[in-house]
This record gives sequence, structure tokens and C-alpha cells, in this order.
Amino acid sequence: MRLRVLLCLLAGLVAVLFAASLLIGPAHLPIGTSLRALFGSASESHAIVLVMQEIRLPRALLGLLVGAALGLSGAALQGFLRNPLAEPGLIGISGAAALGAVIALQTGLAAAFALALPLAALAGATAAVALILLLAGPRGSTLTLILAGIAVSALAGALTALVLNLSPNPFAATEMMFWLMGSLADRSMLHVWLAAPLILIGGATLLGLGRGLDALTLGEDAAEAMGIRIGRLRLTLILGTAAAVGSATAVAGAIGFVGLVVPHLLRRAVGARPSALLPASALGGAAMVLAADIAVRVIAPERDLQLGVLTALVGAPLFLNLIWRSRGEEA
Amino acid sequence: MWGSVRISDLIMAVGVALGLASGATAMPARVVSMNLCTDQLAMLLAAPGQLVSVSFLAADPLSSAMVAEAAGYPKNHGQAEEVFLLHPDLVLAGTYTTRASVDLLRRLGVKVAIIPAPDSLDSVGAAMRAVGAALGREAAADAMAGRFEADLAALRARPLPPDRAALYAPSGYTSGTGTIADDILRAAGFRNVAAEAGIIGYARLPLERLVLATPDALVTSQHYPGASRPEAILHHPVLRDMIARLGPPQVAGPDWDCGTPKLIDAIAALQAAHPGARP
Repeated sequence: MRLRVLLCLLAGLVAVLFAASLLIGPAHLPIGTSLRALFGSASESHAIVLVMQEIRLPRALLGLLVGAALGLSGAALQGFLRNPLAEPGLIGISGAAALGAVIALQTGLAAAFALALPLAALAGATAAVALILLLAGPRGSTLTLILAGIAVSALAGALTALVLNLSPNPFAATEMMFWLMGSLADRSMLHVWLAAPLILIGGATLLGLGRGLDALTLGEDAAEAMGIRIGRLRLTLILGTAAAVGSATAVAGAIGFVGLVVPHLLRRAVGARPSALLPASALGGAAMVLAADIAVRVIAPERDLQLGVLTALVGAPLFLNLIWRSRGEEA
Repeated sequence: MWGSVRISDLIMAVGVALGLASGATAMPARVVSMNLCTDQLAMLLAAPGQLVSVSFLAADPLSSAMVAEAAGYPKNHGQAEEVFLLHPDLVLAGTYTTRASVDLLRRLGVKVAIIPAPDSLDSVGAAMRAVGAALGREAAADAMAGRFEADLAALRARPLPPDRAALYAPSGYTSGTGTIADDILRAAGFRNVAAEAGIIGYARLPLERLVLATPDALVTSQHYPGASRPEAILHHPVLRDMIARLGPPQVAGPDWDCGTPKLIDAIAALQAAHPGARP
């Protein structure tokens, strides 16, 4: 019951932020005009209809999808590893997805076959999640998790920079910031169509893991006694996370800390039950990314302020705090 | 890339000072140019055999308006070491040439003339004369500058409809008031949408503000090979829609980038892009 209230509140928050994302932009349009243009009313000028339908709508939709993917993946990874520090950005999944996306773009694969972009990011993300889960083991110790994450992030970042530097395009080298920090600026409906299917498939897969993750809180033996097959659970988690984070990163860059902050804030409210935390984190992640994307437009509308800058400002102190506390536990 | 062509009120000083110091008759025998724009002016102005090397950018068709001419010169990459080994009497550099390379050359006793890029069409003649003075080719430079100024005045005098144009470059950058690109648009009879929007210098114009400004003509930067996210904005559906209505955009290519007589061609081409002037 309490969960249902929480989910309703979060859904309401997401709806408000989604509307705000549609209504706030550098071209200050009146609300009535914006809404009429959004629904293609013939009474509004062609230019305003374009702004609403082709610039602001995809941006808001991507904020929703990308945020939900990141929040949900963070909650699922943390549930499986039983470690609050597991986060797609911090343990290198987003970085590896960005590498996959950059390779698809720079080799021309993405131009030849549109779905190559999210699929290549998915491949990069799969490799990273599989590697991390292999290294960290079924019960990921903080140290292994963080060290493996640093190694994967550093390698993926270096290779991404290498690919961009080798590009014949002089502007390619300047897009490193985007791949490291993420942004939703100037994306189009094309990006929504590219990312949405895999985010939805990955998200649905992860939401289905609730029962298995709940059982896992009792320990692996107990979970297996309850009929949960850990190996299968792990494989589903890898593929679900890779699909959701991979396609989100392919269109929005690597936005960090969302998967860390959101489950952390919501864990107590849902009673630390992974099956409840998963949908709550999906909504919370969507709210956080939508809010951050509104903030970048309000704070510095003329600058290409990256989304990850804001999420890191919120997330990094929390991350340090969590490390500090887990250090105390292990000592 | 209009970004490379902006600012600097410094013009002249250097060229004039050099002319005085060396005396107009002392013509440097071996001149090396390290900057795309001084490359082009030097190729146009130097006496036969006087210019011994130009930068590799002068031979790059995406950057240079004088690729064919540059083919005849050995290329340098703007590094102090290779330039020094060419034993130049004079090195021509731009304001944005690596500071470290220029300082090192000067410490090694090489005379370096820094020619600032003109920040408006009216200062192009001064830049031409500065290069001419540095080369000891004042008469040629004076003739070129005079012709440029006369051609420019003729183009500006043409009656054209008051259309509005927008410059749009990767990442949504545009050139507003105080840039030479803005000056080029105005010389071609266009009002600059970015300047109207209050943009000063080289800055971003959010895509939605560009769309709502409904320009009559679009001028984009040229496309480079390979993919990049900054350039992806030029393929955004709303720009494609604008291009479908306005026709293919004018491209601000190498002609726009340097203060050479090629600017006249760029302005003339732009004047033909007025919606009413198109066939």
C-alpha cells in the first residue's frame, strides 16, 4: 500500500517534470502556444510546431527513457551485487557503451544501418557488465567492484579518446565531453526511435528480476532453495542492463551517478525490497534526469552545459560518503 | 570555421614596424609562412623565389582557398625546429600561431612578423599591406588592397532586398555582431539573424531560436569527412526541413576564412543566394 502511494507520487513528479521539460526552453514560448503546437494545431506557425514536436518533445522523451534506464539498472545491479556502490556509470558500463557507440559512428556503421548505433553500444555495455560481474563475483566486495570499475572506465575512456582523435573530422575530438558527461541537447525523434525499443526491452527484463533479487537478499543458498537459478539471473541482469544502459548511452552519452543516487534515496522508503526498489528507481531516475536537463537549460541556456556535470555534483559527494561508510564496515 | 577568423584590433603595428626597421628596400630573401592566412597572402604577394615554404594547411582543400598554388611550395607544420632549419630571413605567423614556436624562433634570432587576422572587411586592406610591408612588396600589396577595397565598395553599393540570413555551424555556433562573418553577410545585403538575436562574437544560438527566427537563407559551415556529434546538428530534422524550404544552404568555405581577395568571390556568391535572385 505504502509502495503504491510512493509510486503514484513519483509518477506524478515525473509527469510534472516532463511537462516542465516541454515548456522550458531558450525560446520563451507562451504555455498555451506551446501546448497547441505540441499537438500540431494548425493555428500555430510551422516554426513553433517544429520546435515543440521535433526539438522539445524528443528531448523530454529521452530524459524520461534515459533516466528510467539508469535508475532501474542501478537498482538491479545493487540488488544483485548487494552493494550500494554498483552504478552503471561508476563501474564502467556507460563508458564501454560510449566506446561501442563511438566505434559505430566513426566507422560509418551507424550511417549505413541505423540500429548499429544502439547495438554497438549494447555490445560494449555487455562486455563491461560481464567482465565486472565475473571479477566481482556473486557477492561483489566493494574493493573489487570499484577497482574493476576504474580499470574498465579508464580503458573505455582511453579507447574512446583514441577513436575520436584518429577521426578525419576536426570536430570529433571535441565531442569527448559529451561521451564522458552526457547531454540531451539537440537530439531528435530519430534518437528516440533508436533508443526506445532497446531501453523498453531492457527495462522490462530488469523489472522482471524483482522476485529473484528479493530471494537473493536471504543469501545465495536460500535463493537457490527457493528455486532461483543464480546463473540465469546473472545472465538476464547482464543483458537487461546492457540493453537499457547501452542504448541510453548511445544517444545521450554517459550520464553518471543517477543509478547511485536514486536507489539510495528511495531504498528506505520501499523497505529495502529490491522488487519494490526497481520500479521506484525507474521513476526516480526519470525524475532526476528530467530535472537535471531542465536545470542545464535554466542555469546556462546559451552554453552546452553537459547533463553529467549536474548529476555528478549531486552524486559524487554521496558516493564518497558511501565509500567512507563501507570502508568502516570492512575495516 | 568562422571561429578561426575573428578579432584583433592590433593590425599593422608589426608590419609597419618591420618596414621601418629594415627599410623598404631590404627585401627578405627567404620567407617562411606558418599560418594559413599569411600563406595565402604571401603566395599572392611574394616576389618569385622569395617564399620558400607555406604551412601544410595551405594545401588542404577543406581549409585553403589556394590549394593549387600551394602545391608548388614545400610545406611546414608550424614547428619551430623545421622552420628554423629552412634558414628564413623572415617568418610570417598569425595571432593564433603557437606562442611557444614563435618565442623559440625569436630566441634563435629569426625575425617573426605576426599578422593578426582582420576582424572586419574594412581592416582586410590593412592586413594585406602589413604582409606586403613585411615582404618588402609594398607596391603589389597596395595594388591588391586598392582593388579589394574598390570591389568591396562596388558589391556593397548593389541594391538588394532586405533578406535575413543565418550562419549555422557545428554545435549550433553562429557569428554575431563584431565578427567578419557578420560583415560578409551585411556586405552581401543580408541582415544577420544572430546579430538580431543579440549575439556578439562567436557563440551558440540554440536550435529552437534559429527555427523561430525564420531566416530567408541559411549559411552553414562546410562538411568534414567522418562523423562528429557537433556536426550532427546540421542534419537535425528541423534544419533539414528549413533546407527543404529554403533550398540548399550556402557554405562558408575556405574563401571566408582569410583576408584575401577571395572574400570578394564569397560575397558575390552570397549575393546570388538572395531568395529573389535565385533562378
